[in-house]
Amino acid sequence: MTARPSPDDGLSPADLAAKYGLTVSGARPGLSEYVRQLWGRRHFILAFSQAKLTAQYSQAKLGQLWQVATPLLNALVYYLIFGLILGADRGMGKEVYIPFLVTGVFVFTFTQSSVMAGVRAISGNLGLVRALHFPRASLPVSFALQQLQQLLFSMIVLLLVAVAFGSYPSLAWLLVIPALALQFLFNVGLALIMARAGSKTPDLAQLMPFVMRTWMYASGVMFSIPIMLKGKPGWIADALQWNPAAIYMDLMRYALIDGYPRENLPPHVWAVALGWAVLVAVGGFVYFWKAEERYGRG
Amino acid sequence: MADDMNNASEAHIPTVIADGLHIVYRVNGAKTGKGSATSALSRIVRRGDERGVRKVHAVKGVTFTAYRGEAIGLIGSNGSGKSTLLRAIAGLLPAERGKVYTDGQPSLLGVNAALMNDLTGERNVILGGLAMGMSREQIRERYQEIVDFSGINEKGDFITLPMRTYSSGMAARLRFSIAAAKDHDVLMIDEALATGDRKFQKRSEARIRELRKEAGTVFLVSHNNKSIRDTCDRVLWLERGELRMDGPTAEVLKEYEKFTGK
Repeated sequence: MTARPSPDDGLSPADLAAKYGLTVSGARPGLSEYVRQLWGRRHFILAFSQAKLTAQYSQAKLGQLWQVATPLLNALVYYLIFGLILGADRGMGKEVYIPFLVTGVFVFTFTQSSVMAGVRAISGNLGLVRALHFPRASLPVSFALQQLQQLLFSMIVLLLVAVAFGSYPSLAWLLVIPALALQFLFNVGLALIMARAGSKTPDLAQLMPFVMRTWMYASGVMFSIPIMLKGKPGWIADALQWNPAAIYMDLMRYALIDGYPRENLPPHVWAVALGWAVLVAVGGFVYFWKAEERYGRG
Repeated sequence: MADDMNNASEAHIPTVIADGLHIVYRVNGAKTGKGSATSALSRIVRRGDERGVRKVHAVKGVTFTAYRGEAIGLIGSNGSGKSTLLRAIAGLLPAERGKVYTDGQPSLLGVNAALMNDLTGERNVILGGLAMGMSREQIRERYQEIVDFSGINEKGDFITLPMRTYSSGMAARLRFSIAAAKDHDVLMIDEALATGDRKFQKRSEARIRELRKEAGTVFLVSHNNKSIRDTCDRVLWLERGELRMDGPTAEVLKEYEKFTGK
């Protein structure tokens, strides 16, 4: 470097940067700009989720068949334990209880695995975060999307089970679509919240399975909340029924199972489902965005 | 003539400014030598300022200004903070103190982390391209170019096999080919020249020169003094996270070689 005299010589680095319009590297963009950037990465988000999904079973001999076989085996195990051994089907006939149980397991697993994937979305992909630029929210969103695709495979099993136990396709089945859309939105929000928390405290990955299992047993996956809690104070059943996991499960059961009438659902159930989805998705997104520039730090 | 005028006025336009930059890594669970459960528990009970966390001060107060058209080499012994500095310039590692100002978005040459061994080379090309921010159309346009450049298909149809079946050299070549497919404003290369066999090295050196022409400013981290001498006109020498020397390639390399005892 020859020390050529320059009009910039006396300037401090910050002034020099301002003069030539340089910006701080890695600064957090505004919220609307962030949404725009994220939308610009939609192809990456989709491709990444599909890649993860495919990579999961690529070494197995049966390959992608496991996408359907895994949920089917899951349903069988739960039926064996709760249907045959424990007899949790109080107040319901077999033809209602089995689709009831399978729906519950699948719908809850959707939320559960989104949370677990969310915890590791940043902390488990630090290499990626430290190597490339993209809105970090792409990762948790992508993981939630992977779980949605996984659930769509499970839905095949679920529809077969419903038909096998005497609930035939009807217009009500279309309600599955808005119910899933709302739950997906809710899961994305949850994954975003967990991703930020997990990037600061990776220990959450050890803790969350216990939290999730507690949540599962409290949400009436294997039993009907109103019947199980008959005689207990009403607010306990109310609190359990209004929790988002129970709401989304009930909506799906109502849509699919003939013998699961409207009376089993709490009042204003769609409004509550929408409320949870919007609240958690928007809240989670803003919460995640607030720490955007700090995710690379180990 | 007009071109010359442009070059003269562009010569001193800064593209990257680092101002008193400090980078600190935090490593969990490495405070004491013993990682037993009881020592972890006693740390929690004792409550230090940050329990169980050890800090690594990787870059200490580095200040420099890079201008358009420069190719800057980064040298220093292992663990001197070169790669960390590059990541901080790219905005991938948050600064503890100080700031980095850049013109546009500097990018690190490398997509390793986005690729998945269980997927075919074909899908990895697409995934890697998307991860770098290319559009689906851009990837479609360049796909054949990337595959041809990597030379993966020279020994049969390997691009449709999962990447885990590749030899390490083949995988490295594919990674470099994907990474080098995109044009960058400020480009940073971390020892990328040393991959593959002799033939591929020649090809990648040529590609790097091409990228240099298109990019405004290039940073190159390398332990190979020859490749630094060939490509860079200015060198930053880092030692223990501090900027030890900053100047023309020949001068700094002479001091560095004296220091390393070559």
